[in-house]
Amino acid sequence: MSFLLPCPNCGPRDVNEFAYQGEVTVRPKGSPSFRELTSYLYFRKNVAGVQREWWYHRHGCELWFQAERDTRTNEVLKTELVSGPSVAGQAGSQEPAIPDTPAV
Amino acid sequence: MRLPPRASEHIDRSRELTFSYDGRPVAAFAGDTIGSALFADGRRVFSRSFKYHRPRGLLCCSGHCPNCMMTVDGIPNVRVCAEPVREGAQVVAQNVRGSLERDLLSATDKCGGPFTPVGFYYRTMIRPRWLWPFYEKFLRSVAGLGRVDEHARRSKRTDVEHRHADVLVIGGGRAGVEAAREAAARGEHVVLVDENLHSPASSGFGEDFEVLAPARAVGVYEGGLVPVDAGEVLYRFRTERVVVATGGTEQPLVFPGNDLVGVMLPGGVRRLVRWWSLRPGERAVVIAADDRDLGIVNELREAGTKVIETIDLRDRPPRQIAASGRGGRLRSVDVDGRVLACDLLVMSGGRQPAYSLLAQAGGRVEYDAGRGIFLPSELPAGVEAVGAVRGDGLSAAVPAASYNGAAKTGKCFVCLCEDVTDKDMKRAIAEGFDSIELAKRYTTVTMGPCQGKLCHLPSIRLYARENETDEATIGTTTARPPWGPVALGLLAGRTHEPCQRTAIHHRHEELGAKMMWTGTWKRPHSYGDPAREAKAVHESLGLIDVSTLGKLLVKGPDAAAFLERLYPNRFADLKRGRVRYGVLETDAGRIMDDGTIARLDEDELYVTTTSTGAGAVIEWFEWWNAVWGMDVEIVNLTGALGAVNVAGPKARELMARLTDLDVSNDAFKYLDAKEALVAGVESLILRIGFVGELGYEIHYASPHGEYLWDTILERGADFDIEPFGLEPQRILRLEKMHILVGQDTDSESNPLEANMPWIVKLDKDDFVGKWALEHVLQRGFREQLVGFEMANGTIPPEGGQIVRDGRPGGRVTSARRSPELGRVIGMAWVPPELAAEDAEIDIKVNGRLERAHVRLKPFFDPDGERLRS
Repeated sequence: MSFLLPCPNCGPRDVNEFAYQGEVTVRPKGSPSFRELTSYLYFRKNVAGVQREWWYHRHGCELWFQAERDTRTNEVLKTELVSGPSVAGQAGSQEPAIPDTPAV
Repeated sequence: MRLPPRASEHIDRSRELTFSYDGRPVAAFAGDTIGSALFADGRRVFSRSFKYHRPRGLLCCSGHCPNCMMTVDGIPNVRVCAEPVREGAQVVAQNVRGSLERDLLSATDKCGGPFTPVGFYYRTMIRPRWLWPFYEKFLRSVAGLGRVDEHARRSKRTDVEHRHADVLVIGGGRAGVEAAREAAARGEHVVLVDENLHSPASSGFGEDFEVLAPARAVGVYEGGLVPVDAGEVLYRFRTERVVVATGGTEQPLVFPGNDLVGVMLPGGVRRLVRWWSLRPGERAVVIAADDRDLGIVNELREAGTKVIETIDLRDRPPRQIAASGRGGRLRSVDVDGRVLACDLLVMSGGRQPAYSLLAQAGGRVEYDAGRGIFLPSELPAGVEAVGAVRGDGLSAAVPAASYNGAAKTGKCFVCLCEDVTDKDMKRAIAEGFDSIELAKRYTTVTMGPCQGKLCHLPSIRLYARENETDEATIGTTTARPPWGPVALGLLAGRTHEPCQRTAIHHRHEELGAKMMWTGTWKRPHSYGDPAREAKAVHESLGLIDVSTLGKLLVKGPDAAAFLERLYPNRFADLKRGRVRYGVLETDAGRIMDDGTIARLDEDELYVTTTSTGAGAVIEWFEWWNAVWGMDVEIVNLTGALGAVNVAGPKARELMARLTDLDVSNDAFKYLDAKEALVAGVESLILRIGFVGELGYEIHYASPHGEYLWDTILERGADFDIEPFGLEPQRILRLEKMHILVGQDTDSESNPLEANMPWIVKLDKDDFVGKWALEHVLQRGFREQLVGFEMANGTIPPEGGQIVRDGRPGGRVTSARRSPELGRVIGMAWVPPELAAEDAEIDIKVNGRLERAHVRLKPFFDPDGERLRS
């Protein structure tokens, strides 16, 4: 991996400056069932296509932001800072990964 | 041995240099390579081949083929044909037992015939099995190329440098230079790299672009990243556009004896004559497939070499070519039955575009049947090809896959690096390796030092013929970086081990502390006598530098609510000026880190973390803050603030001397936090105790560290204050059964099973890890963290196994002898049924089982009276 990732704060930088936190997931509300919990903790969609994900500019401005990246080409379509619960709520519109997979 | 001076030569005859070859001095001119100087000195055999140890001589003179690899100044596998001469360089032959002229291992060539086909030892040396160690020992000693001196120190400093260019042109031939000029004329920042010491662009004089030579682009990666090997610096170029102008590589013909010394490629001959004014041979035969390569005849005549026959593969392609020689050196070549005596055979099957970098970048490669070459097509955005690499000007005849005809004599090499013959390829096909990728792995064709530059196309041609299909169907194997050998030291760059020292570091050294690593921090292990230091804390007073603790300020209207959601215990109700212990969990309920949280104000909390966990905790806090979008700011004060802990029965008296505070137990209670001047330094004082005695942790601005340290030691002198290190601290905390995250816990541990149920408040609405901890309660405990006391004085190893009915049943995480208690104590994970006071456990120590008893309460001051007093 050697693509450039545009930090919303610093501009395009070598991806090695960043820490990757995986795809944006939805934290269950209320008291989730065991299956919902394990799905949230351990299952990811792992899409071949555009994915919304968390990045941290560890060797830079030390800000967390979200990126939309095509996992097939590493093309980064968009990056943005996440501020306020409204944007987190946007992520919440996503469905949990593999909801029908039996919990292990 | 040199020809008369000529305009094109690269040598400066007025400057002589001397280096040594196998201990003997060799004269050279400035501008020579080690290879050209050795050739001028009369040397013709430059190496012994990989498997058969056949003599090999100069072939390409461009640093591609394996034929001239020697060890130079201790560095193995240097292509001496391209390595500039350095005064005093020590050059030795490699891969020989004896000398290049008499190599004992060449026996493999003569009698090894039936014993050395591909895959021979995988099939043969497996039985009898007990003999394998002997085979292995021998094979290891003869395998590989060159020897690395395991005891050698790093011989040169290497660096990695990040650079940027609008346009990076790879290859300094005519096409590359033109592309660079065009781009520079448009005002773009252009850098051109060329792997040759001498190329049309190598001076860069008067040009508007920068030239790096000799320097090799070793790959083209995504994001326009091109690493360039410039010998002692690896440039990581970021580019907007990459222009590949790597040209073509002359392809050897495949015929028996095509590896004899004296068989050369036209380019190699041209360099010998033009650059170094050397006569490549006396009587030459030329077999070539295009005008460019046939033009070598002119150079040969200029050099005084008699050209006795020129064969144009376009006009009258021979059916059979066989070279023969004596002692590995060419004597004659037989072309369709005509025997031509010669000592030089210049041969080429035309040039194959050097498309490797383009393919690595994601370009496609297609076979052009008309010209018999693979051409790049469909290049990715930001990558261009110019010149011969995209086929411009290549119009050679398509050579035959091999010219061995009916000849039965002599090995016919497809791959010189790995000594793969046409027979090996045929055998692989017969054995069922029907894909070129599999055949490559089985025969190792194209996998040697040249990485297919000279054997990729010939091997595919041969493969296609033997499979009765065409090259397009066979296809190419995957091109991977690096496009040339790269020294590992260069990739490593400069050695750089980050080290953090506290502001009091030098005081520790002056006091004779033994320093140790904790993460990237250097901390005192002890000041010489851990037992004595621990004793001082129990009996009087100790002082420890805890500046390495992570320190965060969490501030904002939501600060307390934020921590309430992050930690399993409560912080919303934490009163101003009070401190509470906290253990961070992940949402999977696993312990991440621990520390103390002090409420400085309504909207301001001060959080400490473990010394090694600070970075992870800050990222964790920042991430959840981004997820929840709460009104909180997090400031990392780890480096800005230092901290020391004074602990022991006399701590209060000392604090009374250092501050104006009322330090009585009523006014400054256990778990109180107060801001005050300590010896005149603005400080935050937390009354906490990790080591089991009355203690105060003083946090202050780092620059005051040494002053405060000195003052505390001075003012506490009459209490016999002792500085103490990590080792006594570990004994003291173990007496109190306080966990060390990462020592007593691992990535599976949760606070419930770690015997801290009091810290988990499941009645809270939500906190990170809540659901997983609820599940732990529901499923029941699988193991529990307990203390233990050894029945005798044995100290079990940390990580030691607890054995139950002959099976593993738990593990020791910490164990120390406590001088205070006079016993060996420790902590361990045990099955829940053993987590009972006085339960008996057996621990494996040096192969024997030793009895221990489980303890659930702290070994020392179980009710914390000393802490609170």
